Amino acid sequence: MMALSKKKLEQEPSDLEMVLPWHAAGTLSARDARRVEEALAREPELARQYAVIREEYAETIALNESLGAPSARAMQTLFAAIDAEPAREAKASLNRVPHVSGFFASLSPRALVWSASLAAVVLMLQAGVIGAFLIKNQSPTYQTASLGMNESSVNAPVTRALGPPHDAMPRALVRFKPDARMSEITSLLDAYQASIIGGGQSGMFRLQFNGGGITKDEAASLIGRLQQEKVVSFAAASP
Amino acid sequence: MSATAVTDEVLLSRIAQGDRLAMQVLYGRHHVRVFRFGLRLVRDEQIAEDLIGEVFLDVWRQAGKFERRSAVSTWLLAITRFKALTALRRRKDVELEDEAANAIEDTSDDPEVMVQKKDTSESLRRCLTALSVEHREIVDLVYYHEKSVEEVAEIIGIPENTVKTRLFYARKKLADLLKAAGVERGWP
Repeated sequence: MMALSKKKLEQEPSDLEMVLPWHAAGTLSARDARRVEEALAREPELARQYAVIREEYAETIALNESLGAPSARAMQTLFAAIDAEPAREAKASLNRVPHVSGFFASLSPRALVWSASLAAVVLMLQAGVIGAFLIKNQSPTYQTASLGMNESSVNAPVTRALGPPHDAMPRALVRFKPDARMSEITSLLDAYQASIIGGGQSGMFRLQFNGGGITKDEAASLIGRLQQEKVVSFAAASP
Repeated sequence: MSATAVTDEVLLSRIAQGDRLAMQVLYGRHHVRVFRFGLRLVRDEQIAEDLIGEVFLDVWRQAGKFERRSAVSTWLLAITRFKALTALRRRKDVELEDEAANAIEDTSDDPEVMVQKKDTSESLRRCLTALSVEHREIVDLVYYHEKSVEEVAEIIGIPENTVKTRLFYARKKLADLLKAAGVERGWP
C-alpha cells in the first residue's frame, strides 16, 4: 500500500482509509476489521486519522443523544390514526410461516434441544401407530405376485422385498451441537436422506439413512462426513 | 430457561395481522431513534414528531409487505428518510439549509466564539449540525445508527462505493468547517 504520508489530498482515498468510520463503529466484518487493525499498526498517519474519527464518532453519538425524545402526543396521535384504520381481515393461513419460523428463532438453544427431543419422541410414536395400523390391516390390502387372495394357500403368502432389507440401511448415533437450529438439523437430514428413528436421551439421536444397500466402506465414509458437519458434535455408526 | 425477546421480524408479522400490542412494542423499541434521525434531517421538532407518526402508520399498513432482506431498523430508517426528504421538499427550504451550512464557514463571528470557548467537542457538534442534509444523514447512519456499508447503501439508495466516498467527503467537509472555526485536529 502506498504510504499515506506521501498521499496528496487531491488523490482518491484508499479503501482502508474510507472504511475507518465503520471500524470505529464496529460494523466491519471480522476479516476487514483485521485488515484495518494491521494497517493501523503499520501506518502512523492512518492511526492519527483514526483517532480523529473516534472523536467524530463520540460527538455524533453525544449530539444525537442530546436531541431528546418525542412527546407522548406523537404516540397518541399514531394510535388514534391506527384505530381509525379499517379493520383488517385475518390472514392466518398466509402468515403462519413467519409465525413458525419466528417461534423457532425465539427459542434458546436449550429449548431447541428439548424441542428436538420431543419432536423425535413424537415421530417415534407416530411411526409406531402407523406401523401397528399397517400390520393389523395388511392381509386384505395386498396381493402377492404368485397367489390370488382366493387361493387356499393364502395363509402362507409369498412376499417380495421392494427395497433393501431394513437391516441393510446404515444407522448412526448423533449428537447435535447445542446451538444447532431446527432448520439446520432439517437441512442436514434432507442432505443425508436420513430420518430420526429414536433416541433423544442425553441429546443423542439414532439416525437411519434411507439410501440402503451400501458397502461397509461407504457407510464408514458417510459417518465420517457426518462428523465433519458443523451442527454435529458427535457421530458414530450404530447397529 | 431464559426468556428471549420477540424479534422485530416476529413483531412485524403480528402487526401484519392487526396486532396492536405488537405495534406498541415495535414503536417502543424504535421511535426514539426514528425521531432523532428525522429531526437531524428536518431540524424541526414538530415536523419530526409528525414524521414518526407517518413512518409508523406506514409500518402498520405495510407490515405484510416487509421483505426480510434487511433488518427492521434499516427499513424504518429508509422510510423515515423518504418522509423527511418529502417534508423538506414541501417546506422548500433545502436551499436555506445550504445557506445555513455556508454561514458557519463564512462568517467570522461563529468561529471566533468557538475559538474563545476552546471547546473542541462543542465545535464538533456545531459543525456536525452545520453539514448538508446529504452529509448529516450519512454521518448519523454510520456513527449513531451503526449501519454497515451495505445497509447505508440500501437506506439511501446509492452504490456501496458511493457510500464510502460520500462519508469520506462528509468528514472532509466537517474538517473544513472546524478549520474555519479555528479547530485543527491534525487531519487532513
